[in-house]
Amino acid sequence: MSFLECRSVSKVYDEKRALRDVSFRIESGDLLSVVGPSGSGKTTLLRIIDGLEKADSGEIILKGKKISDEPSPHRRMIGMVFQNSVLFNTTVFNNVAYSLRFRGDEAIKKKVDEMLKLLRLYDLRARSALTLSGGEAQRVALARALVYDPDLLLLDEPTANLDPYNVSIIEEVLQRSNREHGTTVIIVTHNIFQAKRLAKNVAFLLEGELVEFGNSSAFFESPRDPRTLSFIRGEMVC
Amino acid sequence: MGGFEIILDGFARALQILSSGDQEILGITLLSLRVSLTATLLGAAFGIPLGFLIARKDFHGRSVVTTIINTLMGLPPVVVGLVVYLFLSASGPLGFLSLLYTPEAMILAQMILTFPIVCGITISSILSLSPKLKETLASLSAPPSWEAMVLLNESRLGLITALIAAFGAAISEVGAIMMVGGNLLGYTRALTTAIMLYTNMGEFATAIALGIILLLIAFGVNLFLTYLQMRSRVRRTT
Repeated sequence: MSFLECRSVSKVYDEKRALRDVSFRIESGDLLSVVGPSGSGKTTLLRIIDGLEKADSGEIILKGKKISDEPSPHRRMIGMVFQNSVLFNTTVFNNVAYSLRFRGDEAIKKKVDEMLKLLRLYDLRARSALTLSGGEAQRVALARALVYDPDLLLLDEPTANLDPYNVSIIEEVLQRSNREHGTTVIIVTHNIFQAKRLAKNVAFLLEGELVEFGNSSAFFESPRDPRTLSFIRGEMVC
Repeated sequence: MGGFEIILDGFARALQILSSGDQEILGITLLSLRVSLTATLLGAAFGIPLGFLIARKDFHGRSVVTTIINTLMGLPPVVVGLVVYLFLSASGPLGFLSLLYTPEAMILAQMILTFPIVCGITISSILSLSPKLKETLASLSAPPSWEAMVLLNESRLGLITALIAAFGAAISEVGAIMMVGGNLLGYTRALTTAIMLYTNMGEFATAIALGIILLLIAFGVNLFLTYLQMRSRVRRTT
């Protein structure tokens, strides 16, 4: 049984096909990078896995349970970081502690402080989250999604428009979480170099179609599809 | 005596009343405060939850309900007074409560005025929140009560505005409380009804003095609410 399986997922927006019969499966502890040009359906795929949108057809199966119809009970196993994350109008600490509080966790302070230290946000814990820079805010969003130790972490272009310092912290924490906690990660990016740095497996979407899926070294060194090669070479407009 | 002299005389009389601690005026002032503050709080107690539900639940006819509430925000106080009077009068459906010409009847009438104001502003405050905030909460699998807490907290600027508008409408209205309170000295006489009475009696200086006291009270309460509002705004922008 695979950890996560997408079976023939399709989605149409206003007569435009966002996803076309997308199927793949990943194992627990994988770090999958979904790459592709803008409008290729990467974000839609992530949103469907997270249950924020329903697929027109197809199934999402997480740990053997179909979550595409009734996603809410299983969402608790999933964390998500959006491209431009929205933080709550309260302190950094409270933002990160929020999901632990309603989960009835008893070690909130310890877990939040650890997460803030990991993301180098500890000194900002008492600051209003709305006063942070874009990079700091994105790190808070990652802390908020990781603090409850999700089985599956979804990230939609989490480092787009961030400076190298913030990118390196986020990438380091993602890799550490994947390596040490076994968190399965799916990261959507159009940054081919980031995908190369992070991913164990890579999926390439083009116009809603899954063109190529495979392990990172094979994907970058010997892609099967000429369109993948064209994308890797930067010949495709992102 | 000319209009300007009357106003100056009113100021002098106001100072005299304030410094002498006139028991009758003090009683009228306290009753005005009690009635309007209670009515505002009750209006908020019903208006905020209902406004939240209307804004959050996507039901058939929501726009019609919202339009009705927005229309009720401009309810003429005399019409409210008339309806409450008919309900509470001896032959009315609530006549058995014997509330007519009591402070409770005045609170009821003002609550009917404040409720749609609070409800309408709550609806627009919640609706104007970023859809990304709602998606973030859904993604964190926040239970409905926790989701509500965050959404209300995020719209607190709007909610304080609702309280300011509601209290302003309550403390300044005269038609409704005159009809259901009866302007009984020492029992249901409020600042606005007293101003009307003294104006009709030609005691303009006393009427102006009461008007100044009314403005000072409104200023004091709004100063407090505005302080809360600014505090919230400063947190958002610093």
